[in-house]
Amino acid sequence: MNAVDVRDLTVAYHEKPVLWDIDLEVPHGVLMAVVGPNGAGKTTLIKAILGLIKPAAGEVLVDGEPYHRQRDRVAYVPQRGSVDWDFPTNVLDVVTMGLYGRLGWIRRPKQEHRALALEALRKVDMESFAKRQISQLSGGQQQRVFLARALVQDADVYFMDEPFQGVDAVTERSIIELLRALRSAGKTVVVVHHDLQTVPEYFDQVLLLNVRRIASGPVDEVFTEENLRTTYGGRIGFMSLVRERSRAATPEAER
Amino acid sequence: MTPEQIEIQLVACAVAAACALPGAFLILRKMAMMSDAISHAILPGIVVAFFLVGELHSPWLIVGAAIAGLATVVLVESISATRLVKEDAAIGLVFPVLFSVGVLLIARYAGDIHLDTDAVLTGELAFAPFDRLTVGGVDLGPKALVTMLAIGVANLVFILSFYKELKLATFDAGLAASLGFMPAALHYILMGLVSVTAVGAFDAVGSILVVALMIGPPACAYLLTDRMALMMVLSVGFGLLAAISGYWVAHWLDASIAGCMATVVGVVFLIVVALAPDRGLVSILRRQTRQRWAFAEKMLTIHLRQHEGLPEESRENRSAHLQEHLRWQADFAVDVVQRAVEDGFVVERGGFLFLTDAGRALASEAVVDA
Repeated sequence: MNAVDVRDLTVAYHEKPVLWDIDLEVPHGVLMAVVGPNGAGKTTLIKAILGLIKPAAGEVLVDGEPYHRQRDRVAYVPQRGSVDWDFPTNVLDVVTMGLYGRLGWIRRPKQEHRALALEALRKVDMESFAKRQISQLSGGQQQRVFLARALVQDADVYFMDEPFQGVDAVTERSIIELLRALRSAGKTVVVVHHDLQTVPEYFDQVLLLNVRRIASGPVDEVFTEENLRTTYGGRIGFMSLVRERSRAATPEAER
Repeated sequence: MTPEQIEIQLVACAVAAACALPGAFLILRKMAMMSDAISHAILPGIVVAFFLVGELHSPWLIVGAAIAGLATVVLVESISATRLVKEDAAIGLVFPVLFSVGVLLIARYAGDIHLDTDAVLTGELAFAPFDRLTVGGVDLGPKALVTMLAIGVANLVFILSFYKELKLATFDAGLAASLGFMPAALHYILMGLVSVTAVGAFDAVGSILVVALMIGPPACAYLLTDRMALMMVLSVGFGLLAAISGYWVAHWLDASIAGCMATVVGVVFLIVVALAPDRGLVSILRRQTRQRWAFAEKMLTIHLRQHEGLPEESRENRSAHLQEHLRWQADFAVDVVQRAVEDGFVVERGGFLFLTDAGRALASEAVVDA
């Protein structure tokens, strides 16, 4: 059984399909990148999987069951820019929001929940920022707060929308370490990703998306020049990227 | 104070507190103008409900208003969802139409009863004590007071019960939805509360003051705190302040109570904008000035440090030289030197400047930082 099964998923805005008949299998315990040009429907796919957008057709199964019955096993990291960082609250409070699903309606977070949130902040090296007002964070720090909020959910499947967007190299490093640690713990992580260069290094599975599914599967098999060209319509120079890749894949002695 | 004066102030306080609670969420959700739209657009709902039940103080009027308020929200959202106009324009399109329909209905069919358009805009708080609620011969107080207390308590109970859910849905609707908290449902319940609060309040104080009390106090509170819970409390506090001081200003000027309360809200907001710690204009100005002086002192120490112990020191590190070298105005240079001496970064001996240890530390720290 797969961690996530998407079958015949179609999403349309006013009759115009933004996702067309998507089939996707995400195996357990993988890091999967979702790549594609702007407007390919990457964010829409994640939102449709999470039920934030109503699909025109198709179904989504998490561990063989519909998403709404598996809610507490799925964590979501939205794009950093999707919330108002001037909202009057602090870092610890935002991370504690990750536990609201487990708390259910009405029940309030208690000391034990704040302790869990602090623990998650420690994992992203943000413990000392717990009481900081969220408007005082840099982009990378905001991203790490969102990651901590997902970690505290202790889910089995993580969906992340561009967690590397606008973060510096050091933060990117520490985020990828975190994702690898999740994978080692048997979690499944699906990441909308923009930087094609780092796909082979960071991920073991990839979905190439442009309204339709172009290809998905292990990076070695589907992250090919031909598939990339189909996905991006020849709009960027992958030649250099793919050449670099094949050079990296070739053992020193053969060069 | 006469009993009437006390009752008028109590009504004003009940209105202010009841308005401030949902108003704080309007501010946080960047929907302040929605209060304007709702408080006007509920009029046709009230009028139609009045035609149906034929009684001016029936609770059905509140139901009618709530439906009209929700219809306003739905209309505004569906017009802006077409992406043909932005949300602010959609608001500007919807509520004048609905309000005008209400006004026309009153003018055409209800001209002879007490449902006039002046009362709609400004209300009349001064008459509140004369319209009393009696149950079984027992006087429970002014009707407006009882109504607004009930609405205020309903708002408070709802917000206290669903505080966590409302906070999450307001900050991150996407996460709220993915966790199953139905942010859309919460949104419409909240808008329903805004509508009910608006109708209750505008009977007493008119639609202009409804907007002032829903937006002004929470806007002040938003500038003063980084904690949402405290913002709610402060919003109510500012509302009560405006209610009571507005009443006494009106008493003193012998003018409309609602008008004076709305004016006080504006004045209080101006004071908060000017004086709020951290975010206020005065504090921003002071911070900028402080940073300017600190930067100038830093530049001075760096300049002195660079020439320290070198042959040109006697030429470069003279007070009189700063003017041309750092391109500072003469009096500014004197001020900077004086501040640097006071702060213990520099000592002046016979027209020459020398760094202290602290000054040297500041200079090297500044260079490393850069």
